[in-house]
Amino acid sequence: MPRPGVRSRCGRLHKHRELIPAVLVVVAFIVGSMQSRFFLDSRYLLDSSTLYAEAGLLALGMTLVIISGNIDLSVASTLALVAVVSANLLDAGWGLPAVVVAALALGALLGCINGCLVAYAGIPSFMVTVGTLALYRGVAQAMLGAESVKMPSELIGIDMKYVPGTVVPVSLAGLIVIATVCGLVLNRSVLGHWVRAVGTNEKASFYSGVPTAGVKVAVFAIAGMLAGLAALHIDSRLGVARFDHARGLEVDVITAVVLGGTSIFGGKGSVLGTMLALLLIALIRTGMGVANVKAEYQLAVIGSLLVITVVATNLGERLASRGRVKMRTQK
Amino acid sequence: MKITALREFGVLLLLVLVCTVAAIREPRFLEPSSINSILLWAPLLIVVGIGQMMVIVTRGIDVSVGSMLGLSGMLVGILFRSQPGLNVGLGVLAGVGVGFLLGSLNGALITWAKVPPIIATLGTLSAFRGLIFIVSGGEQIDGNDLPVALNQWTLGGPLSVGGVTISWLLAMALALAGAAAWFLAKTRAGRDIYALGSNPEAARLRGVPVNRAQFLVYAITGALAGLAGVMYASRFGFVNPATAGQGYELTVIAAVAIGGTKITGGSGSILGVVLGCFLLGAINVALAVLGIEASWQLLVYGVVILLALLIDAATRRTLEVRQVA
Amino acid sequence: MKAHWIGLLALACVFGCAPKEEANTSPGTPSDTGKKLSVVYIPKNTGNPYFNDVNRGFEEACKEVGADFTTVGPASAEATSQIPIIKEQIQRGVDVIAISANSKDALNPVLDQAKAKGIVVITVDSDLTDNESHRDACTIPTDFSKIGEGQVALLGKLIGNEGEIAILSATTDATNQNAWIEKMKEELKKPEFSKMKLVEIVYGDDEPQKSTTECEALLTKHPNLRGIISPTTVGVAAAAQVLEQRGVYAGGPKAVGKGVELTGLGTPDQMRRFVESGVVKAFQLWAPYNEGFLAAYIGTQMKQGKLKPAAGMEIDVPKLGKRTFTEKLELVGSPLVTFDKKNIGEYHF
Repeated sequence: MPRPGVRSRCGRLHKHRELIPAVLVVVAFIVGSMQSRFFLDSRYLLDSSTLYAEAGLLALGMTLVIISGNIDLSVASTLALVAVVSANLLDAGWGLPAVVVAALALGALLGCINGCLVAYAGIPSFMVTVGTLALYRGVAQAMLGAESVKMPSELIGIDMKYVPGTVVPVSLAGLIVIATVCGLVLNRSVLGHWVRAVGTNEKASFYSGVPTAGVKVAVFAIAGMLAGLAALHIDSRLGVARFDHARGLEVDVITAVVLGGTSIFGGKGSVLGTMLALLLIALIRTGMGVANVKAEYQLAVIGSLLVITVVATNLGERLASRGRVKMRTQK
Repeated sequence: MKITALREFGVLLLLVLVCTVAAIREPRFLEPSSINSILLWAPLLIVVGIGQMMVIVTRGIDVSVGSMLGLSGMLVGILFRSQPGLNVGLGVLAGVGVGFLLGSLNGALITWAKVPPIIATLGTLSAFRGLIFIVSGGEQIDGNDLPVALNQWTLGGPLSVGGVTISWLLAMALALAGAAAWFLAKTRAGRDIYALGSNPEAARLRGVPVNRAQFLVYAITGALAGLAGVMYASRFGFVNPATAGQGYELTVIAAVAIGGTKITGGSGSILGVVLGCFLLGAINVALAVLGIEASWQLLVYGVVILLALLIDAATRRTLEVRQVA
Repeated sequence: MKAHWIGLLALACVFGCAPKEEANTSPGTPSDTGKKLSVVYIPKNTGNPYFNDVNRGFEEACKEVGADFTTVGPASAEATSQIPIIKEQIQRGVDVIAISANSKDALNPVLDQAKAKGIVVITVDSDLTDNESHRDACTIPTDFSKIGEGQVALLGKLIGNEGEIAILSATTDATNQNAWIEKMKEELKKPEFSKMKLVEIVYGDDEPQKSTTECEALLTKHPNLRGIISPTTVGVAAAAQVLEQRGVYAGGPKAVGKGVELTGLGTPDQMRRFVESGVVKAFQLWAPYNEGFLAAYIGTQMKQGKLKPAAGMEIDVPKLGKRTFTEKLELVGSPLVTFDKKNIGEYHF
């Protein structure tokens, strides 16, 4: 619903939204180093960041999808299918550049299928992507069963390469570059403007000439393409492709996006927030792990974090809007 | 109404088709042994499916059902282990109670804290699974921790004809399905659920207690998943923290989708869900009997869900066209 | 702004609730923690009853040699789930990492990192088949070459060496299971088993639902089936449940002819009910305890430089006795034990 003065208020709100994860990151640093003396070690934390590169790429795509008022539960399955297909292609003797192109194209195609079902068949995105969540991983499983495909040895270990002369892993640097591009697309391009418009009010933006269906297909395709890139990363990081790669990763990814201040109802959100929240999740997981907190506690914490974040934002928003109404009536 | 009937008939037709093809390739598929297999495959799914269908009718989704099933089953198992000789009925009550509480949490988050259903239940899917490990300390419940009477649910049944047994599990599931069909069609609260699903705004304006209806469907789903947890213990004879109910949400959603429940809300029938569950059961048993490597399972669920979605979209479009004309 | 503080509070709560570090390590006197070796064991996943007994072996061996012991496992047994845990343990500076690997190849890079830091890497129960160079030694449950033999002989005894038999395994690429099944096939070629006919091998993926459905389908497809071997703990328990529910076990109410005999590899706790009720006459397993005990013992010895494994080398392990390293630097945990009504009461794991 269009509200007067939305833009200026949005601008303010955005800053606040990124503040939440930023403050939490600091808290996580403090709590983490209190929990274990092995935690605060920049080299270790930098190296650990490579474990979250895939989640980061998926989260960037998810940010766009959620800002457009949709959701994509199939990202981790897309990743798995592309990972299996591209490892098979390498195995069949394709060259690396061709495989990279194929992986990105396949990812984009799978995303397009999601997008078309949402945009043209008019089915809610959570339902479409629950279906493709099963379908994409199902195809990967039907192709490979429980077996794994080995990667050529020279392509293994991208996560252990560093930007020359630094201790920054290539994976992390790459993620930051791609995040910057995504941020520019979202904030400086027509597409970004349209994505926000569709997420804020689809009908209004349709009547004001935004190609809403095209925008939806585009965000899903971008999310798929980033999942394709993430698939190549995980193949290289693990040295093998399996159908069960990254199973359940969508929970971490959606948590990161929502925690980063992107509104689950669409329209609002930022790439910076998502990245900060991902950093937070990485810190929590790494911190709990290095303090020997059992994996099942991590499951419980991440799940609760997702729900608590949305509850807290909703509550905060309701309080804020109440304040707004008061101010307006006072005027 | 006509469309629902058509969909039910379609599922029935598909069921017959699957059975015929399987029987042609392996005549033993029609023997009591294999029919019993299908009849035991379906009950848990029917019980959870009833709840999931109501949720989907209200335009929601509950992906935490597998974790709720596991958590309730685990807690009941722990109860039985610590209180040997405990009445099975009390155990069931505990399972349903735990499930109801978990479902109520989902319901409260969605109804009053306004968390979108997919987000709320995705969060609790993780959180409840973590809790299963925490309450159990990672230990599984073994067969000799469970009362013998519980085993009887699967072993025995009220009716047995020519080697085909209607087990207590199935009888319970069908009785619940009957009760749910009655509840949805004949009670005020049941009809409110459809009203909420077909048009939330109109329902609100008409004075339908939409919040109550929305909360109710998630609480009911939780309670049913809780019961399914106890049934799981009976069927499989053990409850493992990692595998109990893991990934069950996709199977359930597939069964509901194929059963003709409109994914965009507003319509759906219990009979369709029951038929959908039997269809998935028949497919799974057929794959095993025909010796087809069942790494196709997940793929089948995905295709089924998407097919149902497409049929939905297509019928909707035809209706719209007709209305315009 | 309120939302932030709620979120913050929530985070502090969840963090605060999580158990603190060192909650599950055995207590050591603060003065000697510097010298004390630390051993960590990473099972395939938590919640698998099999690994509880392995853990017990670790605990007691570490007590014996005066080392700290911790166990941390992933919630699900996926190839990737152990990687962050290994990284964290490297960071914690542990001395010995013992691991039941979820993948025979996906862990290679991270295990190499551990070795590069001077950490002793021992695989327990599941080895890195064809990737042995990425670990220092391995403890295997039992002499794997004897399992096929033992299982076929046991089933043969139960069914009088005659009739149709089938195998219910885990996944199609489960390395151990496949090796045993090959051995079983070879064994069945021997003249004394000439009347035992292997009619089918099916895979239950170690999932309760699928193992159950596959086992029921076996009974449907082969009405004259006399025996089932299930060399996996999930499969054998699911199969026992099916035979009980169908009543087709030997001596069961609905048995056709002499009924179906089931054997396999299972844990006593899981199988107790079926052995006591007569559904299952006998099954086998080794002592998982020994695997843990051995791994902790040799791991700490190797870290202290007192042991350098070599093929054919014999060592004397306290409590367990003599053991010899195989060609691939494996140590065998224990001989195969057959459990039946008479002795199952003595075992609890």
